[in-house]
Amino acid sequence: MPEVATRELTFAQAIREALAEEMRRDSRVCIFGEDVAEAGTPFKVLSGLVEEFGRERVMDTPISEAGFTGMGVGAAMTGLRPVVDIMFGDFLTLTMDQLVNQAAKVHYMSGGTWKVPMVLRTTLGATRRSAAQHSQSLHAWLSHVPGLKVVMPSTPYDAKGLLKTAIRDENPVVFFEDKMMYKQKGPVPEEEYTIPFGAADVKRKGEDITIVATSSMVQVALGAADLLEKIGVDAEVIDPRTTWPLDEKTLIESAKKTSRAMVVDEGYGRYGVTGEIASVIAEGAFYNLEAPVKRMGAMHVPIPFSPPLEDVTVPTEQEVFEAARTLCGKG
Amino acid sequence: MTIATEQSKANAALKTEQWMRMYRRMVMIREFEEQVNELYTRALMPGLAHLYVGEEAVAVGICEALQPTDYITSTHRGHGHCVAKGASPDRMFAELLGKEAGYCRGKGGSMHIADPATGNLGANAIVGGSAGIATGAALSSKRLGTGQVAVCFFGEGALGQGVLYEVMNLAALWKLPVIYVCENNLYTEYTHYSETTAGDILARGTAFGVHAESVDGQDVRAVYAAAQRLVDGARKGEGPAFLVCATYRYSGHHVGDINREYYRSKQEEQEWKTKRDPIKNFTAWLIDQKLSDASTLGGIQSEVRAEMKAAVEFAITAPYPTAEQAEEDVYA
Repeated sequence: MPEVATRELTFAQAIREALAEEMRRDSRVCIFGEDVAEAGTPFKVLSGLVEEFGRERVMDTPISEAGFTGMGVGAAMTGLRPVVDIMFGDFLTLTMDQLVNQAAKVHYMSGGTWKVPMVLRTTLGATRRSAAQHSQSLHAWLSHVPGLKVVMPSTPYDAKGLLKTAIRDENPVVFFEDKMMYKQKGPVPEEEYTIPFGAADVKRKGEDITIVATSSMVQVALGAADLLEKIGVDAEVIDPRTTWPLDEKTLIESAKKTSRAMVVDEGYGRYGVTGEIASVIAEGAFYNLEAPVKRMGAMHVPIPFSPPLEDVTVPTEQEVFEAARTLCGKG
Repeated sequence: MTIATEQSKANAALKTEQWMRMYRRMVMIREFEEQVNELYTRALMPGLAHLYVGEEAVAVGICEALQPTDYITSTHRGHGHCVAKGASPDRMFAELLGKEAGYCRGKGGSMHIADPATGNLGANAIVGGSAGIATGAALSSKRLGTGQVAVCFFGEGALGQGVLYEVMNLAALWKLPVIYVCENNLYTEYTHYSETTAGDILARGTAFGVHAESVDGQDVRAVYAAAQRLVDGARKGEGPAFLVCATYRYSGHHVGDINREYYRSKQEEQEWKTKRDPIKNFTAWLIDQKLSDASTLGGIQSEVRAEMKAAVEFAITAPYPTAEQAEEDVYA
């Protein structure tokens, strides 16, 4: 985070500003997806872009996720820099062939001759009372696929810097935004900056336990760290920011230093991001660990609608606090 | 002699040159596939091969109407498209054998040949998988004002894939310069297309306001004439088109598909081969029109065969990639 006093932007404004700046810088950058133009998406993240850049560059599509994602692949191969908008992460299921069999493999299958500089923006996160088909966090699926890069910003500052990097990257990048975070504010400098992929960010320095958290779970982990401080546990909170490439070194070094680690992610725990990161830490810091690496993810159920049911499916500050306390032998 | 006559003579010469180029390309495809079959039978080729024999007039007729910078996307049965778009057989064979000298450094194989130099965006082993890519390339062309046209080749099996209709709808809405070329070779793998395809095929294009027509895919002149018209239209900004080519796959779904009687008769195969062979019929026409003669055409055939044998030799002796290359080219 920069030291100088900066203006505050919401997460949504930071995304919009990154897109606007990149579209001004590079006329090849264009956006397409459902209701991206005048509507500016249901989340209003793109409001104002069509007014500045016109319908030639901010294009409303039919509800055809597979079709327009596939077109993004072809357009990226042939000279445009498309930013494809998939309104809800749940709709990634409809784009899977285009992402997994096409975008991710074009460069490799062609022996490095074709490139796919495409960004696919989408959302994750539950607790919006949207039920099972509008609430999933499916980033683990795509992190599994060689050829894709996967970005999961947790602050407005990171969102802007990482999105600019994504647009300039020569590879297909899937960019996950927590839809509950769009209104969250944070400092974002006026001046130009980008954030490299594969560089974790230490969101809070600490000595006693490492909490690796992604996207929506970073604020939860920071809240838990405040509670832990009150009982004398100094937690380090690390945000990998990209699940691939993954900054294994920073995660391992932190775990070696604190000797205890847990991983919190809003995807499903089973066969997910938490499992991968926990294994990276276990392999890299095994001889320094005082306890097994703890994982916390979404409950292994389809996300239910009813608020009291939905709320228990996602890790909370209190749960992370309690798990960390137990891990530190203070519970 | 008047200037007009001079010009018409020059045009005729140019036309003859073009017919001869198309003849040579069709023969190249057939000879290429003969060699593939041979490589496969001699167990020199890893994996599978889906031969294009019988369908040569489609690829050649279409690609003759394209500029070198125009784009194509191809299919698992794609060797013909690559040759017709100008790929060199030695690098194609090298790719088929998994050699480093191949178009994809051995990483793609028979079903994934791609070549930016000839506008080949790549063959795709997902049926209908390249519909989005071709349409996206047409979007680039329109946005960047390059005047390029994209041709999306697919078999009638892809008519079962929803993504095709999603992008046809978009191409029509955005008036994109893309031609969807359906090669109806009658068999979706091992099943006659009538068992998998309801209604009128052309109506699947016209429903979106996409100009649709069908052509005898065994007649290279007819395919070329249709392609030229549709490609010119697309280049002028008239939007997408859908061309259904009636053709036939002489071999099985892949080289190992030998016993085919459970899905089609030998008699049917024989009829297509004797009465509707695109090369035989074009040969007869060239001779009949006195544009060439049997010995010239036979000479071309021998030349091409020798060229293919040399290309195969090149591929057989070419080195394999080294193991560490497995991790290269994952990211750009």
